[in-house]
Amino acid sequence: MIVMLADAATESSTGEQIVFWVTAVLAVAGALGMVLSRKAVHSALWIALTMINLAIMYVANSAPFLGMVQIIVYTGAVMMLFLFVLMVVGVDSSDSLIETIKGQRVAALLLALGMAILIIWGIGNALTESRTVGLASANEEHGGNVQGIANLIFTQYLLVFELTSALLITAAMGAMVLAHRERWKARLTQRDLSIARVRGPGHAGNLPNPGVFARHNAVDTPALLPDGGISEISVPAPVRARGDERPLDRVDIDEVRQISEGETALPGEGKSE
Amino acid sequence: MTDSTFGLFGTDPWWLVILKVLAIFVILVLLTLFTIWWERRVVSRMQNRIGPNRVGPQGLLQSLMDGIKLALKEEIIPKSAHLAVYWLAPVISATMAFLAFAVIPFGPEVSIFGVVTPLQLTDFPVSVLYVLAIASIGIYGIVLGGWASGSTYPLLGGIRSSAQMISYEIAMGLSFVAVFLFAGSMSTSQIVIAQEPIWFAVILLPSFLIYCTAMVGETNRAPFDLPEAEGELVGGFHTEYSSLKFALFFLAEYINMVTVSAMATTLFLGGYLAPWPLSLWEGANQGWWPMLWWLIKVQIFIFIFIWLRGTLPRMRYDQFMRFGWKVLIPVSIAWIMIVSLARVLRDDVSLTTTEILISGAVVIVLLILASWVIQTRADRRNRAREDAEAAAAAAPFDPMEAGFPVPPMPGQSFTYTSRRAAAQGNTIVQEPVTTSRSVEDPTHDPDEESTHG
Repeated sequence: MIVMLADAATESSTGEQIVFWVTAVLAVAGALGMVLSRKAVHSALWIALTMINLAIMYVANSAPFLGMVQIIVYTGAVMMLFLFVLMVVGVDSSDSLIETIKGQRVAALLLALGMAILIIWGIGNALTESRTVGLASANEEHGGNVQGIANLIFTQYLLVFELTSALLITAAMGAMVLAHRERWKARLTQRDLSIARVRGPGHAGNLPNPGVFARHNAVDTPALLPDGGISEISVPAPVRARGDERPLDRVDIDEVRQISEGETALPGEGKSE
Repeated sequence: MTDSTFGLFGTDPWWLVILKVLAIFVILVLLTLFTIWWERRVVSRMQNRIGPNRVGPQGLLQSLMDGIKLALKEEIIPKSAHLAVYWLAPVISATMAFLAFAVIPFGPEVSIFGVVTPLQLTDFPVSVLYVLAIASIGIYGIVLGGWASGSTYPLLGGIRSSAQMISYEIAMGLSFVAVFLFAGSMSTSQIVIAQEPIWFAVILLPSFLIYCTAMVGETNRAPFDLPEAEGELVGGFHTEYSSLKFALFFLAEYINMVTVSAMATTLFLGGYLAPWPLSLWEGANQGWWPMLWWLIKVQIFIFIFIWLRGTLPRMRYDQFMRFGWKVLIPVSIAWIMIVSLARVLRDDVSLTTTEILISGAVVIVLLILASWVIQTRADRRNRAREDAEAAAAAAPFDPMEAGFPVPPMPGQSFTYTSRRAAAQGNTIVQEPVTTSRSVEDPTHDPDEESTHG
């Protein structure tokens, strides 16, 4: 990679040509896919592809810091938040194509045209008038690419940098204010909840399991209490509500009692052993 | 960018690059197989069991056999899955897990078939950021896997993991800053070399502890394994995955564990440098020996991962997020400020260490005083508010105060009169009803997820 970068500083080598054509094709494909996808999540994925390819181009053009930050910030954080929102909004929600703002399409077309002119003009200028020379010496001046960027950000462009961060923080504050909810009462903690559970009218612990003795082990069979009585709450409430609870006649219970007290032998016992 | 500090990086012949790539791949796969076996054995020992001991010596081949079996299993794809993304997710996960290892230094320069080369695939000025970048792409695998399964539990797991990993990545990134300041570089090989006299874990202990916490959150391991909390989410993001695709997720999880351990080793434990008593021996930092020290350090971290899993119960999700945002991140920021302030004072204002310590003590005393004052005032304000609330509660509730229908204030209750009864003229006063908003129903709080589990 270093070799490739070293070459890139002087002349575009074969390696750089290959990198360019692969990443450029993929980046444009990602952009097209973003626009043409019906599902919002697919659009998000396509744009992530574009961003990653742009980052590779930055690295190939001797801007490794920019490339990595591009991936960490845009792909890793911004797009991930987009995905997060899209997933929370709905698994299958696709964009509706109804125009909500009047004249939106015309305005969008005009703005896109203006943007295209600006971009083409900028790139054209860069290609014809300004020449990219002295990258090595610019990097060398502060001991490397990262140091050079740090120097520029914290001296010449300090105000712009701080203003941008103030803008971002304002946006975050705005989101927090919008999402803020004043609580009427202090939030219940885990401690409060457990106290309420024990003091409350309901059953504090786990309910007893349905009967798992003798001949029935289905959920409709109530469990037996230690004294031989029947535990009503051991049958799940829905089963009870449907009236599907198995009526347990005393014959079963007496049989179990006799077996457990050794008055009768278990059926089948004595054959084995 | 022919950076003189990068020495032999980027000068390897093509066959050596391929050899290194292959070696990293093989090492990672072997480490995964070993770690799975090691984890099962250690957790077994901690739970008074024996663990796998049948296949191979001490059961060492168990995970290999399990892997083969897993790959040959039938693959079940849910009908509601989004096929392309469903297929892509495990691929992203596994690929990114392997990629991060390209910049991990295993050792210093050695001679391989007559070519002197560093024991590291490549390095460049921002290689630590490269690992962060790769990790953040790797999250896509988990999130997309959760989404593409078209099922509820995986979706919840995916959402959880995206929120969790973004949060803990911030803390992780912040813990690197102090290291960058001290090493004067963001390249892994130079950070290792910068730790020659003393490890950063010693001089930057808070950063090290923050990183250790964040790395557990970042790898979705217990006690922070909420994206796959089996008590609540069945299997989390990989519930609907089976066969080889599941195996890829599994592989990625274990490689990520090795990667974050290797990063911890590189950034804080001196990478491949020999630990203290060994470093007295001349040859300890030369040749192939350093790779052994590196491996031992990484294995210690992996053992701690397993230990945590065997010891700690899973955290509740809201507590986990609160810990990340309200404890780890502010503490990291404060620590970075302290470190950079101390460095500026030492390097630019040229204070001595004693002077810095004294001024630090003064600042701490001032902070304690300030916090005491603030606390007293807050207490007074709280008491005043409670009094006001009690007074408001004592006042009778007027549902049409100032001509507007208003809800009752906290503590107030109102008596409900049904409209029909009011129209008929006879007021049926029912039980006092507190408003539904002031009663916090613990089971239906939209803010938090289920607290069971």
